[in-house]
Amino acid sequence: MQVPRYWREIPKRYRLEAAQCKKCLNISFPEKFSCPECGSRDFKTIKLSGKGKISTHTIIRIAPEGFNDQVPYGMGIIEMDEGPRIMAQITDCDPEKLKTGDRMIYQFRRIREDGSTGVIMYAYKFVPDVGI
Amino acid sequence: MTGIVGYGTKIPRYRIKVEEIAKVWGADAPTYKRGLNLNEKSVPAPDEDCATLSVNAALNALKRAEIDPADIGAVYVGSESHPYAVKPTGTIVSEAIGACPYVHTADLEFACKAGTEGMFIALNLVKSGAVPYALAIGADTSQGAPGDALEYSAAAGAAAFIMGKDNLIAELKDTHCFMTDTPDFWRREYKHYPEHGGRFTGAPAYFKHVTGAVDAILGKTNMKPDDFKYVIFHQPNGKFPVLVAKKLGFTEQQYLPGLLSPTLGNTYSGSSPMGFAATLDIAKPGDLILLISYGSGAGSDAFIFETTEKIDEVRNRAPKLRTQLDEHKIYIEYGTYAKFRKKILLPN
Ligand SMILES: [Zn+2]
Repeated sequence: MQVPRYWREIPKRYRLEAAQCKKCLNISFPEKFSCPECGSRDFKTIKLSGKGKISTHTIIRIAPEGFNDQVPYGMGIIEMDEGPRIMAQITDCDPEKLKTGDRMIYQFRRIREDGSTGVIMYAYKFVPDVGI
Repeated sequence: MTGIVGYGTKIPRYRIKVEEIAKVWGADAPTYKRGLNLNEKSVPAPDEDCATLSVNAALNALKRAEIDPADIGAVYVGSESHPYAVKPTGTIVSEAIGACPYVHTADLEFACKAGTEGMFIALNLVKSGAVPYALAIGADTSQGAPGDALEYSAAAGAAAFIMGKDNLIAELKDTHCFMTDTPDFWRREYKHYPEHGGRFTGAPAYFKHVTGAVDAILGKTNMKPDDFKYVIFHQPNGKFPVLVAKKLGFTEQQYLPGLLSPTLGNTYSGSSPMGFAATLDIAKPGDLILLISYGSGAGSDAFIFETTEKIDEVRNRAPKLRTQLDEHKIYIEYGTYAKFRKKILLPN
């Protein structure tokens, strides 16, 4: 990924910043040009709580470049408590034991690095919410 | 009044036992377990580093402080394993917690003392009135050379403290530093692993500086060891902090709550700050706590804190250190550890 694009996405990648429609209160993550519910273009920025549950998931055994040291790992759609569904890596667990409905919580993690000399990219991942 | 308004910690879930490391190098595990009082250590996941541990610890501190992160005017990250050689960890942390853009930040480095250096600066900036809140973090994902004695202790973890003036959970009573130029441990530019002076790391280094800082702060405040409910020393292993505690006249009841190294290892810049966080987890209002760091090179920072009524109210807002340390551990073998820590030579 190019540095400018990574940099532009920092608010949502680091802080789970979402856009809430001022008219119908629907929350979009990532932000949309217009509200998918009512079409309004009037949004305010909110921060998602980082808590949610697994809506669906799969186990990655053959990973894209840069993720080979982490296989097997979970990849899932996490339904946030505020409503939006976020596709994310599920880390810090045995992926075989993951199931739909498991409570998940945001963690700030390293996503990938651009070779040994390039930029290091960070973003959200999710881990089982076990109180640690 | 100046002091702490929130604190938080982060420990990776992975652990490796001393036996597992000793087996690979043909070393005698009981020698390390008995001799250095080390049983296992934390290992960062492949997607964890000093920046991620710092952010996750700082977010726990914010849960306890319940302040607007935009009011944090300074962020200091102390570490000897900053992800970049040039580019601050502090900007990553400030951005992730929502403190940008009106914030002063710096990365600090002083072997295992970098965490308390940040605390010292943050406390004094708040005390001066320059910023309403300041965040100080000690975080490391340190590496010992394979087969070296340090490999049994070099661990990963972070502790974060938000300093402020109101709604304190612990009030700062005094600080004192003790520092000399002592080359007991170092890592040269572009080198992956540190070097150390073996036995030289003991008497003229750790013991001299820790004892010097404790004697100085006790003399300055006219206090004695039994005036404190708890004491926390830097923990390069499980043996040094116990020896220095006994030598200075502190008891097990005072140092055990903050002694984490036997099952955590040495988290370098995170070490004594994490011991302090574990102590705040159990302290009662009005307890006097003495915190003494040590960083090779060499120096010690000493702090006296007194907990307030507010401590009982905030401690359950984020995970406690002993929960992170003792529960949901994932044990790994040396091969996995070597892969996680990038000790295996891969093509390109
Ligand atoms: Zn709408």
